[in-house]
Amino acid sequence: MSLPSASSVARPHRKPRLDPRSLALIEASVIPMGALLASALIFSLFLLMLGKDPIRFFSLVWTGGVASSFSIQNTLQRAAPLILTGLAFAVPARIGMTLLGAEGALVLGGLASALIAIPMMLGGWPVWLGLPIMALTAMAVGGAWVGLAGWLRHYRGVNETISSLLLTYIAVAIMNFLVEGVFRDPGSTNKASTMPLGPDWRVGDIPGTSVHWGLATGLIIAALLWVLMERTTFGFSARIAGGNLRAAQAQGLPVGRLAVASCAIAGACAGLAGFFEVAAVHGQANASLAAQYGFTGILVAFLARQNPLAVVPVAFLFGALAASGGLIQRRMEMPDATMLVLQGIIFVTLLTSESLYGRLPFLSVSQAGDRT
Amino acid sequence: MTKIFKTFRAPSLETLHMSKSFGRNKALDDVSLKVAAGSFHALLGENGAGKSTLVKCMMGFYEADAGQMMIDGQEIRIHSPRDAQALGIGMVYQHFTLVPCLTAAENLVISRRDIPMVINWKSERQRLDAFMETMPFRVRLDAQVSTLSAGEKQKLEIIKLLYLDQRFLILDEPTSVLTPAEADEILGVLGEMALRREVTVLMISHKFREVKAFCDSFTVLRRGRFVGAGDARRVNAAEMSSMMIGDVGMRPPATRLKTIQDGPKLELRGVSTLGDEGRRVVSDLSLKLCSGEILGIAGVSGNGQSALIEVLSGQRPLSGGEIKINGAPFEPTRRNFDRFKVFGLPEEPMRNAVVPRMSVAENIAFRSFDKPPVLKRFGLMSSARMRQRGMELIQQFNIHTSSPDAPIETLSGGNVQRTVLARELSGEVDILIVANPCFGLDFASVADIRGKIMECRNRGAAVLLVSEDLDEIFEMSDKISVMSAGKISDPVSTLATDAMRIGKQIAGQTDEIVAGPQAE
Ligand SMILES: Nc1ncnc2c1ncn2[C@@H]1O[C@H](COP(=O)(O)OP(=O)(O)OP(=O)(O)O)[C@@H](O)[C@H]1O
Ligand SMILES: [Mg+2]
Repeated sequence: MSLPSASSVARPHRKPRLDPRSLALIEASVIPMGALLASALIFSLFLLMLGKDPIRFFSLVWTGGVASSFSIQNTLQRAAPLILTGLAFAVPARIGMTLLGAEGALVLGGLASALIAIPMMLGGWPVWLGLPIMALTAMAVGGAWVGLAGWLRHYRGVNETISSLLLTYIAVAIMNFLVEGVFRDPGSTNKASTMPLGPDWRVGDIPGTSVHWGLATGLIIAALLWVLMERTTFGFSARIAGGNLRAAQAQGLPVGRLAVASCAIAGACAGLAGFFEVAAVHGQANASLAAQYGFTGILVAFLARQNPLAVVPVAFLFGALAASGGLIQRRMEMPDATMLVLQGIIFVTLLTSESLYGRLPFLSVSQAGDRT
Repeated sequence: MTKIFKTFRAPSLETLHMSKSFGRNKALDDVSLKVAAGSFHALLGENGAGKSTLVKCMMGFYEADAGQMMIDGQEIRIHSPRDAQALGIGMVYQHFTLVPCLTAAENLVISRRDIPMVINWKSERQRLDAFMETMPFRVRLDAQVSTLSAGEKQKLEIIKLLYLDQRFLILDEPTSVLTPAEADEILGVLGEMALRREVTVLMISHKFREVKAFCDSFTVLRRGRFVGAGDARRVNAAEMSSMMIGDVGMRPPATRLKTIQDGPKLELRGVSTLGDEGRRVVSDLSLKLCSGEILGIAGVSGNGQSALIEVLSGQRPLSGGEIKINGAPFEPTRRNFDRFKVFGLPEEPMRNAVVPRMSVAENIAFRSFDKPPVLKRFGLMSSARMRQRGMELIQQFNIHTSSPDAPIETLSGGNVQRTVLARELSGEVDILIVANPCFGLDFASVADIRGKIMECRNRGAAVLLVSEDLDEIFEMSDKISVMSAGKISDPVSTLATDAMRIGKQIAGQTDEIVAGPQAE
């Protein structure tokens, strides 16, 4: 070789410093934490302006979210769908797609599982067969719905963010149309709903808790998706395609199929969340399905830096915020929307903190962010 | 920050004891550089020597860890490119920074710092026309930038700096995308301006020919350190190169061995494809490529070469015709790439061949991640084996990186190219598709990479080489074709033609085609 051998190449380093991967990991934790702290400060200012006591607010979040076993279970209950919808954003983000379709997939998935349950219940099918069929139906419908956004993106060049958002509106409209129309249960007088599931057709709680099985399922799926995205050829291909589409094409990777598959996985996660909302929480499909879990999931995934494992603790955090919402509303006499304000602030600080990557001096592996 | 000089006068510029580290990698170590007013100064050094880092520190893109900067003997501090612009220091980057969908005129006007909220295009346009009268180059102001040739774009980049009143011009490898004629025109004009003391120029270049022809002084960096400076007219290229790499011998030029041409064959029949605007950019193109030979395709860029390469590498769909390998129809899918052992070195590796944010080891694994030994059961991958293989190839191909886990975007241009080379040439190759493989590489790497491609040919690969560099075409090819306006001429044996004839053909005098008896 003609070049003088580089002094920097693969030589044992005298001063062992953190390798780039650990530095990147630290960076990916420090920055979102900082953003959270900053949003807490900004929100405190907001409260002060309203003449409310921020300390009281945060202590109520503590009380309502984690202090008692009741509040913890309340938190976990709300975290369950957030894990799944968070994953629904995180997986396609790896391939560079910003999908806002989780809410729609959740709603349609929930609706589909409630509807397919009706003939099975009437036909006297065994529950052990019926519930898995309901879950699979929810996943298939959710997967197809969001997969459509992926297909439109790849084969028709339609922006996936817009199409998935519009698909969400359509999904909610379809649900309302069907629930208030053909599939309305005559018994549902004040809130139009589908026929309620029989008591034995409900998904139960994890023994010893009042938290339904959706949480355990969410944990397992998060672990599986982490393995899928970090350790398999599928995840690796998706990262190549998400990082540089032209390079992925030149490697002969099936970029179209990868995109559609990622979207379908996302939709299936959200659909599954819908199934648990129906079979474990509401017992029927109605407008309560559209409870913004799909949109909060976006925030969850953002804060977790699209890492499927990190989605879990972040979902707990947002679950706690949601769980304490009622308490705060009552004790501090603040409107319902307060929590939305907090979420909005978190979102904006998070987006702002994105610009910090590669610029923290004590973490300077690379300053690639400085490039033009 | 105030303007120190408003007059059209070339400033002198000096950096003193500049240092800059990225993590534990010392990219600049106590570098001092002195550029006299009105000089045309060359900054030399092998790939990864720290040239780009030095000028980016001068421009305020990077904050230097230590060091001073002086303009006309006065100390200045630059924290951002805005500061540099205010002081009259401007840079032309290695890649274009113009907005392709705007016209040349629009690009100039929006680049100003004092751009008004509402632009009065009519008066701006009059002022621009008046300004262009004073310019040494002509550029079509009304043309959309995406339709300009590389040379015109580069001229526009330079005009932009002058329009912004910048009198210290930093050019990072400005000629790598230009033909020699274009390069000579632009550098010639800048040289005259420097002589008239209208500008001072600092140019990073790997081309000794240009340095000897246009520069008056030079500085050499080696592995982040200053190793010397001098008068470019008195020091010869050999001395400069030994300053750059130290006293290690050059690799001898690639030797061409006799090959038997009965191995793999690539055949294109009537291939057509559409460009991004829906125009036909390659039309009815046919060629035949045998094992153990290099077919060089010469021509000015923008004549369909990129589209041809994109078709072969699966980045652009075929609109007509067929591709055959060993007589079997070939579709550019991953399975077929592996089955027929097709490999590629595309141009602009950052755009076409690597994922900037993924690590060096991961980028090296793009061909092998879905096969054993990296692939284990159930689609699972072994990242340990991937990293291990990465380290081996980093050693073997002499890639300068701080770690196999460093993102590839932190490597210097030449080392990115080597990483791609390591990935594509480390196995058995039957068909190799190469486009402008030596853009932006230092002379040692050029020799190295050409050697590797030649070795591939000698081992029996069929090589398609698209290049704008005629010297490269003549050094490497067994046969030469010329591409223009999406069509390709019949291949001619390299021994049966010469640079003059091919050059003429490129310039469009295709009537007296070099075919006939020589074609055999
Ligand atoms: N953003 C960055 N982060 C980390 N390391 C970097 C970064 N930019 C450059 N380096 C390192 O600094 C060294 C010098 O790189 P630089 O780009 O200045 O080289 P160069 O002389 O311009 O080479 P070339 O001729 O290949 O463009 C290299 O070892 C490179 O890996
Ligand atoms: Mg450089």
